[in-house]
Amino acid sequence: MVIVHGVVVVLLGAGVFFTLVGSIGLLRFPDFYTRLHATGKCDTLGGGLIILGAIIYHLFQYPETLLVPAKLAFLIFFIFIANPTATHAIMKAAYKTGVKPWRLGEERR
Amino acid sequence: MITIFWVTILLIAVTMGLSLYRGVVGPGAFNRVAAMNIIGTKTIALLVVMGYYFERPFFFDIALLYAMINFIGTLVFAKYLERGELWS
Repeated sequence: MVIVHGVVVVLLGAGVFFTLVGSIGLLRFPDFYTRLHATGKCDTLGGGLIILGAIIYHLFQYPETLLVPAKLAFLIFFIFIANPTATHAIMKAAYKTGVKPWRLGEERR
Repeated sequence: MITIFWVTILLIAVTMGLSLYRGVVGPGAFNRVAAMNIIGTKTIALLVVMGYYFERPFFFDIALLYAMINFIGTLVFAKYLERGELWS
């Protein structure tokens, strides 16, 4: 049981780490495209790792109810498809309406 | 074990606050829509962890619904900002 709790803690910590790194990228990068490049991947992986830790905790803590881990697995599946699609849609809309990419030497915006 | 979930809830809330800065300040509509999409993704993970912290299983159904609503809302905003209209 201690090993399972350690695995859950490691997964939750890794998820929080990736989410935090994505948020710092959203704050610090100079351009719209680079900001979405940072968060579009880090946020997907961080949310997936946090929900994976929740699945493992549930499988060993409450092994009699298997419907909830199925729901959480579907949630991971949905996030891994939907979040990059939404990021791509926003980026394509910004590119078609004429948002210029940032170049070296320009000021931040 | 319940303390770990509490710490995770606090840290996810801190990252949501960091993203909210970009949503409030960020220049232009695209930065704001992207920040709201990212806050919604963090909210899904926050709802799952809260379901274990409060020991209420129905938080997972709310997380599923919130994932779908967040995805559809972001797509609608992207299409509206790209075309200037929704129905054509």
